[in-house]
Amino acid sequence: MDALMQFILSGFTVGAVYALVALGFTIIYNASDVVNFAQGEFVMLGGMITAFTYAAGLPLPLAGLLAIVITAAVGVALNKLAIEPARGAPVVSLVIITIGASIFIRGVAQLVFDKQLHRFPAFSGDDPIHILGATILPQSLWVIGGAVFVFVGLWAFFTKTLTGKAVLAAANNRLAAQLVGINTNWVMTLSFSLSAAIAALAGVLITPITLVSYDVGVALALKGFAAAMLGGMGNPKGALVGGIALGLMEALTAGYISSQYKEAVAFVVILAVLFAMPQGLFGAKSTERV
Amino acid sequence: MKLMTTTALAMLATFGLATAASAEIRLGASLSATGPAAFLGDPEAKTIEMLVEELNAKGGINGEKIDLTLYDDGGDPNKARTFATRLIEDDEVVAIIGGTTTGTSMSILSVAEDEGIPFISLAGAIQIIDPVKDYVFKTPHTDRMACEKIFDNMQKNGITRIGMISGTDGFGASMQAQCKDVAGDYDIEILADEIYGPSDADMTPQLTKIKNTEGVQAILNPGFGQGPAIVTRNASQLGIGLPLYQSHGVASDSFIELVGPEASEGVRLPGTALLIADILPEDDIQRDVVMDYKTAYEDKYNQNVSTFGGYANDAFLLMVNAMEQAGGEDPDAIRDALEATDGLVGTTGVYTMGPDNHLGLDLSAFRMLEIENGGWTSID
Repeated sequence: MDALMQFILSGFTVGAVYALVALGFTIIYNASDVVNFAQGEFVMLGGMITAFTYAAGLPLPLAGLLAIVITAAVGVALNKLAIEPARGAPVVSLVIITIGASIFIRGVAQLVFDKQLHRFPAFSGDDPIHILGATILPQSLWVIGGAVFVFVGLWAFFTKTLTGKAVLAAANNRLAAQLVGINTNWVMTLSFSLSAAIAALAGVLITPITLVSYDVGVALALKGFAAAMLGGMGNPKGALVGGIALGLMEALTAGYISSQYKEAVAFVVILAVLFAMPQGLFGAKSTERV
Repeated sequence: MKLMTTTALAMLATFGLATAASAEIRLGASLSATGPAAFLGDPEAKTIEMLVEELNAKGGINGEKIDLTLYDDGGDPNKARTFATRLIEDDEVVAIIGGTTTGTSMSILSVAEDEGIPFISLAGAIQIIDPVKDYVFKTPHTDRMACEKIFDNMQKNGITRIGMISGTDGFGASMQAQCKDVAGDYDIEILADEIYGPSDADMTPQLTKIKNTEGVQAILNPGFGQGPAIVTRNASQLGIGLPLYQSHGVASDSFIELVGPEASEGVRLPGTALLIADILPEDDIQRDVVMDYKTAYEDKYNQNVSTFGGYANDAFLLMVNAMEQAGGEDPDAIRDALEATDGLVGTTGVYTMGPDNHLGLDLSAFRMLEIENGGWTSID
């Protein structure tokens, strides 16, 4: 029982990390059908900038905020410099541009920062919280809380606000959206800045648990992408559920079967789900009234 | 810069002004200053550059300055092979230091062996020097030696049954295999054998399994990078209370910083004298060498020394020592002098090479260390 509880708490800890990264994919995907593979690098920037500004003497909340703002600006720059000039290119070309951007950001990061691992203190200390004979670190609760907060925010944004609906409209039919007066360029800029800000927030929240170095983005993006595919690309609910499900599968496989198979089991389950439901668990229907 | 020097020399030679004293010893290096192994290659590259600068400022070897050509192979074995060829054919070096990873070392050594150029590798795997290859030497301990050192300490503490949790990165997987291989020699029984991915965020499930395995007296974690730091924090979070042994892969001050003084309390690992430079006794044979390197590096680069930079430091010491004996002209003479190295004190240990031993370290090169109050203590 104690062991099961520990596996579940571990699954939630890891799953919330995946979910936070997966949520970051949502907005850009909804605005342009592009899966932004530089998402992992935005997470890395969030963690790295916080670690460095904190080490330089800034208070932690301010360092985190600064990291989110700077990363959002990097997101806007990516859109302005690389995505917008390629407008009209097929989605695949845009995805390849984001892969290039991710390699570029990684290269710049190792020059601007360094190649070592970094960490900053957990927000509420390192004393584990005991639940039914198992333990969880307070920082994990921050990550889980962060994922839920971002999920609620995104859900409200896409369903309750005019701006959110404009984003969906711009993705659905660019020309039609322009005809009804939506500034599609502005929508893209907004999407990139919000996506980058969410990813940076993820970086700020997870770094005390996972540590950060210039090259952590790739693995994070891969797991976040898998979680988003499992839940349904572009759906905040899917990102949250997909992330937690992936984390729980890994933890329970490691605990009850073998740590040798934890990645394999998770990916086999994802493949099985995608065979049965190509859109993922909560995937968007192909047409939608906004 | 190099181009400038060459041009200047060429001009001097043209005008008949070049004297024999300005002859230079060409030394080559291919390291992984960027890429996945940058964590090791970066301090190695910085160390070599610093040492060449220092030596040239002192007037070089027998009055001849060292002309260093350093390439960054990014941890890619194919690039390393290309650079090794370029170093030998275009840059005409007489010796090579490098090979941050086992993969890049294997590439460079095949070229060096074919061309007859002495090569000192900075990578861990035993395959590099076993079987012995004529022109290939290395400075780091093998992971097998680390396993032996750890099991030796376990034996002294009456530990016979352990649980292992290893990273799946190259370092972790290789050391895991070596430890399983030598465990029997020390009457150690491995009751649990878990793994984790190099970018995993939480290892509590694996540690919980080990904790719940009947009879486990200690945990051993071969691994590298962030994994061991997270394992150590998780072990403290779960309150396992068993001795935790880490590998030499995390032997650096930054490990304690990442884990935090509370969670790292009592962690044991085999490290080099470099880590405990400040607490080495006055009469310790390695004290001077270690202190020299540590002060020079930390003053110049403002970051903590690491074991890896130490490997590069030792490779350079070996090379310079061999060149002093053999002159900087003839690769074969340098090779013979390297093989004849006897009692050279480095930061890693004392090197005594021989025709059938191209590493030259024994277990005394490892110090068993324990983390206490956020610092290192020696428990040998």
